[in-house]
Order: sequence, then C-alpha cells, then structure tokens
Amino acid sequence: MAQKQINGTTIDVNDEGYMTNHSQWNKVIAATIAEEEGITLTPAHWRVLDFIDHDFQEKGVVPGMRRMNKVGGIPTKDLYELFPNGPIKKAAKISGYPKPASCV
Amino acid sequence: MQQLVILGAGTAGTMMANHLRKKVDLREWKITIVDQYPKHYYQPGFLFMPFGLYSENDVVKQKREFIPEGVQYIEAKVDRIEPEANQLVLHSGMTLPYNILIIATGSKTAPGQTEGLLGDDWRKRVFDFYTFEGAVALREALKNWKGGRLVVHITELPIKCPVAPLEFTFLADWWLTERGLRDKTELTYVTPLTGPFTKPICSDVMGHLLTEKKVRTVTEFNIARVDNENHKIVSWDDKEVPYDLLVTIPTNMGDEVIERSGFGDELNFVPTDKNTLQSKVKENIFVIGDATDLPASKAGSVAHFESEVLTKNILHYMKGEPLEADFDGHANCYIESGYNKAFLIDFNYDLQPVPGTFPLPGIGPFSLLKETHINHLGKLAFRWIYWNVLLKAKPMPGIDHKMSRTGKHIPQEILAAEAVH
Repeated sequence: MAQKQINGTTIDVNDEGYMTNHSQWNKVIAATIAEEEGITLTPAHWRVLDFIDHDFQEKGVVPGMRRMNKVGGIPTKDLYELFPNGPIKKAAKISGYPKPASCV
Repeated sequence: MQQLVILGAGTAGTMMANHLRKKVDLREWKITIVDQYPKHYYQPGFLFMPFGLYSENDVVKQKREFIPEGVQYIEAKVDRIEPEANQLVLHSGMTLPYNILIIATGSKTAPGQTEGLLGDDWRKRVFDFYTFEGAVALREALKNWKGGRLVVHITELPIKCPVAPLEFTFLADWWLTERGLRDKTELTYVTPLTGPFTKPICSDVMGHLLTEKKVRTVTEFNIARVDNENHKIVSWDDKEVPYDLLVTIPTNMGDEVIERSGFGDELNFVPTDKNTLQSKVKENIFVIGDATDLPASKAGSVAHFESEVLTKNILHYMKGEPLEADFDGHANCYIESGYNKAFLIDFNYDLQPVPGTFPLPGIGPFSLLKETHINHLGKLAFRWIYWNVLLKAKPMPGIDHKMSRTGKHIPQEILAAEAVH
C-alpha cells in the first residue's frame, strides 16, 4: 500500500491515488487532492462532496449519477461542469472514498 | 386464517408460491399471489429471438399454468402497498390485507428516462431486446441489415442479466459472419463501466474476446441523449457514437408500485437486508429477485438461490424464530459467445468469477470462465429446466444456494487480499 504526504500529514492511498483510510481525510486534504486534479473547490463543489459523504455514511457506497440527481438534487450537467472528465470518479477521490465500480 | 400475499407472479414470485405451497400449513395460512399481466416470459430467451434462434412460442406461457393448486391467484393491478395498514390497495380500490408480504415486482426497462431514446428512431434504428416486443422488432430489423454501424449500448447500471449485452454482441458477430455481413459491419460496444463487465477477472477475459472478434469498445460513456436527426448517441462530456442500428439496454427500474408506495430507492428498488431478504421497510415485508436493492446480479439464478433462503426465513418468521442471514449473493450465469460455445460464471458477494469446474470439482461437466461447447449445451438445456424444474421449485441436485469454493481456481492475489480482511 502506498502512502502520500499532504501538508505534513501522511495518508494511505491505492495505486490510483484513492484514499484507503477515510479517517485520515479532512477538508485540507480534500482541497489538495482537488488541486492535483486541476479543481479549485467552491461551495458548489462542497455541496456535491457533502452529499457523497452523507450518503456513504448511510449506504456504504459512493452514490451513482442517478442518486446524485434524484436524492442529492444535483443535475448531471452541473456535475460535469464542476468535475470534468468523470465527475463521480473525481468527486469520490476528493471525498476520500473508494473509486466506484460503475463510475463515470 | 392468516394471510400471506406474494406481489408479482414472475420468476421469483412463482418460485415462492411453489415453495411455500409445499412447506406452509395451509390450514393456518392462506397464500395469495397477485399480478396484473397474464403472460409469463422466459426472459433469457429474448437474447436469441433477434437472430431467429428462438421464436415467440419458445418464450411465452400463461402465468396461471405455474401457480399451484391451493394458492389463490388474483389478476389485478396494485395501486400501492400500505406497510402501516398491512394491506395492498388494488387499482379498483379494493384492499387486500396481509400478515406477511413478499414483494417480487421485478425490474423493467424505462427508455423514457433517456432524452431522445423514444424519438423518431425508436423501433426504426433504435431497438432494445430486453422486452418481448423489442426482441421481435429487432429480429425484423436485422432481416434487412446490409451493413453499417451496429452499436450495442448500456445506458446505466444496474441492469438485469448484466452479461446479456456481451452475449448479444458475440451472437451478432457470429450471425453477421454467417451471412457474409461482418466485413461490412462496424460493431461497437458502448458501456458506462471502465471495462466490459463489473468484475475484474471476467472483464479481462471478455475484453480479450471483444478484441479478438474485432469489436470496438467505448468505455466510461455516460449517455446524455440520443440525437435522432444525426443518428448518434451523445454523452454528458460530449463524446459521440454514430449508429445505423442502435441496440440499447435502457435504464432498468423497479415497478412503479414501489414508487407509489413511497419506499423505493432512486430506481424504485426496495431496500432489503442482503443476507436475510427481509425488507428494511417493515419486518413483515420480504423482497426477492430483481425488486431488491441488493448488490447482487439481477438474474433468474439469483432469484432461484434467494427463494431457498427466503422460504426458510418465511417459515422462521411464521414461528417467531430468528431469521437466517444465509443469502451470500450467489449468481450462476451462462455467457453465450457464438459458434455454439459459451462461458459459465459462478460467483457471490465476496468472490468474483474465477476459472474452475462446475458443479463437480475437477469434473464439471461445465467449465468456469472458459469457452466450451458443453457450456453452450447447458445454456440451451436451461430453458427446459426453467419451465419444468425452477419455476415449480423442484430440487436441483448438486447445486446449493450457497456458492461453493471447491472446484474453483482462486488466484493467489485474491486469497492474499481475503487474508488481509
């Protein structure tokens, strides 16, 4: 298992850079991972990340696109604008959760 | 007299009626099954219809034929389930009270969920084969096929029988080759997944086969709309795949009755305990088959294995005993690969499909994750087994509802990963 340093904190990640221990996650780490993906986090991004966090706590999996739309109230178009090139994949990575199997 | 009601007389509901009829004391319990449609379709057969391998007669029978004596059959549309009142409200306004409810309402295609899918090209250049009508219409379209761009497309997961789109692609390759049309046809497989299948080892094997058969694969394609005017599908990130013939698997959803009852998830699937099959809605509601939100395949084999666990748990529940957390996500699926050959995969929640033999370790006769003629014969024999053994809940010797690890060659890295957990 690989490790990574972010602002003096060590986090465990897999070979694709997804965190493997969510207890190490915090908002600073999220912002740093986002920068690495070329994304500067805004309140609109946080609305998505908060929903993923909330939903993961409840369901144990990263929500899919339809769940983001219907339960989270976030349209797909917005997701692609906020997290270009694979919104769920990127948002999951920034949220510190595993890469979903059926993700875009 | 206590009431046990089964909602849905498809594969799962019919199996439950037959199991419970044999096991429940009918002096104490009255069993009723409700369904709005008269016809029972052998859905795995839809795959073969577009290629003329099965006809209408092979896949349709009457639901009533499979409901045993002693079980009341009601043909009616159900408006909603009222968990607090322990009753179903029928479309007619009549109510049907129950002490135990089994939800077996299945899943179905919802083409209206994708913009433009039901546009001008629908059933002209755009088809599905997940419905009886779709499979018949596609057969007629293929009769006139002269070549061009044939695109097989999955809208979103989960879908019923997740291997069927791959099987369709392999059979199309074979069918086109036999007719001398393969060189004139560009065959493309489009999926929202990162690979051809959800499970990694199987996905690799299928990926190689697609390459071998010269099928172009487009992954991570999340469809936004069908452009009927220019005959192409367009993704949310503006990727485009043009088609002359689009064979799509539309979004699959649970029945609207679940939505009307107010307890489904975003796809109208019912929140269900993945090991006991008790619903998370209320303790006297159980769920089986495609209607659940379980992280298992939506497939007849899964419903079959679930039916054995659910029968035990219904009997426990009737006696006030604790339920058995005994369902392991077991699925067993043939993958037709053309030229009278097929793969077989056998897996559960914990173990993805791996190579080996089935059901007898080292003997078979079936080979796991390997293409053989015998596997194909197994797939063909399955239709007879479905109508005569499975639906009637007769025993299947040697095949347990729990997945067996013996006879499987589990790769070292999977064993190592299991050891860590």
